[in-house]
Amino acid sequence: MTRDAAPALPPEPAGAPVAETEIARVFRQEYGRAVAVLTRVLGDIDAAEDAVQDAFTLAVQRWPSAGTPPSPAGWIITTARNSAIDRLRREAGRLDKQLKATLLQAARSPALRTPEEQVITELSREGTVDDDRLRLIFTCCHPALAANIQVALTLRLLGGLTTAEIAHAFLVPETTMAQRLVRAKAKIRDARIPYRVPHGVDLPARLQPVLAVVYLIFNEGYSSSSAGSFTREELCREAIRLGRLLAALLPDEPEVAGLLALMLLTESRRGARESGGALVLLADQDRRLWDRALIAEGQALVRQCLRRNQPGPYQLQAAINAVHSDAADAAATDWRQILRLYDQLLEVAPGPVVALNRAVALAELEGPAPALRLADELGLEGYHLFHAVRADFLARLGRADEAAGAYSSALHLAGNAADREFLEARLRDARLGDGRSPNAGPVPGETAGGADAG
Amino acid sequence: MAQYLLSVYQPVGPAPAPEILEPIMQDLEALNREMKAAGVWVFAAGLHPTDTATVVRQQGTGVLITDGPFAETKEHLGGFTVIEAEDLDAALGWAGKLSRATTLPIEVRPVQH
Repeated sequence: MTRDAAPALPPEPAGAPVAETEIARVFRQEYGRAVAVLTRVLGDIDAAEDAVQDAFTLAVQRWPSAGTPPSPAGWIITTARNSAIDRLRREAGRLDKQLKATLLQAARSPALRTPEEQVITELSREGTVDDDRLRLIFTCCHPALAANIQVALTLRLLGGLTTAEIAHAFLVPETTMAQRLVRAKAKIRDARIPYRVPHGVDLPARLQPVLAVVYLIFNEGYSSSSAGSFTREELCREAIRLGRLLAALLPDEPEVAGLLALMLLTESRRGARESGGALVLLADQDRRLWDRALIAEGQALVRQCLRRNQPGPYQLQAAINAVHSDAADAAATDWRQILRLYDQLLEVAPGPVVALNRAVALAELEGPAPALRLADELGLEGYHLFHAVRADFLARLGRADEAAGAYSSALHLAGNAADREFLEARLRDARLGDGRSPNAGPVPGETAGGADAG
Repeated sequence: MAQYLLSVYQPVGPAPAPEILEPIMQDLEALNREMKAAGVWVFAAGLHPTDTATVVRQQGTGVLITDGPFAETKEHLGGFTVIEAEDLDAALGWAGKLSRATTLPIEVRPVQH
């Protein structure tokens, strides 16, 4: 850098823009924590959200000039708490009777009076705060709430996604999503859905919807037809973040580790699974584009699960993906191992979609004819991937006309653009009588995992 | 503490045969005793069939009286229990017991207070 070089650009304004990205980062990272803590302290989700929103509004005003505080999370939580007390004083006359009672009780509670230093100490001590987030996940995923509501609430309250972002990701108008969230929060309050981690015998059953929600968020991000690619990546990242959180908080639940491993191993292939808007099959992917760090982490988790030897659907799907990740190229895939894992998966989670994926593995070992016979017994005519799989078997058997017919059926049922792009290309190949390479798995979703093949 | 209405929904039609109904009634009585012992029981009642129902609605300055239930449905409210419980999970626990005793679906609704 020389003094006489004329500056091509005006100097970066110090402060403001930097601080705003910093606040956005803190928001995404700390929103869920802050809402979880405040929900415990205030006993009301809406009041907690309002308070945390106030705190971030204040951060936007103050941090650019005053600088980011040493513990942004501590600052946000303390400020939100103070704002809740102010709001209570200001709006006491207008508040709903019940809410006022809970807030008054909270205002008197020692938790609301803890000084900022103590909040920061609490935050740095793993435990209390993370427990709050875990409580909040179980509240959001309570079986008394509909599945789509569970997903939306989790993204809103723990992920800090805006209502508009969630509405966009799930293809519903923003007002519809806003109404759903309002109704769900009213139900939590009025029906007194508890803010608590279920324990003992209740935990495994109550964990199911929590894992399902996280996996749904991941799949929505991974295979969604609709949203722009930015939102999709964000959803996957959010699901993995929640998965890591759950794995850290519930280290004794093997399915939690299994789900995290499944997501990491699937995510590791993101860079290789699409080319020019069309899906690239697992067999055709450039494996140099796979994320080795994610694979290593996922495989380590799978090994942990194997040692524990309490297999469940997520762990088995993760193990299947781990076998794929092990193969240097498609030809090196250990299909025998994959078939064994599908047999196990069928035992713990029987269903036609798992059976269809098993048929794909069988075709690699015993050829397309027996696999086609198996697939035809599954009664999956309404599922686009069933037709895609059949089409592939037929093409490999040299029955090009039938294969073209099956690809048309698949195309007719497929909703997602990348799937359609893929199927259209296959249909063209089939019409040209191109039998395709024998190892190319026909399932467009390229994950070998059962229910997620999409 | 909050109160919850546990509504028992049963299909329209004749009551089950005594040999089926008898053990159900015994289970129900046992559950009522259990609820009372646990201090959650507030009130419970079984209802006569819907063909004993009458609907009254305000019309102009008077009321209109009509025969029959408010809504013609395949399932109707056959009885209910009001309980006092700490939260929804506790209420759902009791509802599960009520569902097992009656062999019927139970709707759980919080009472406004």
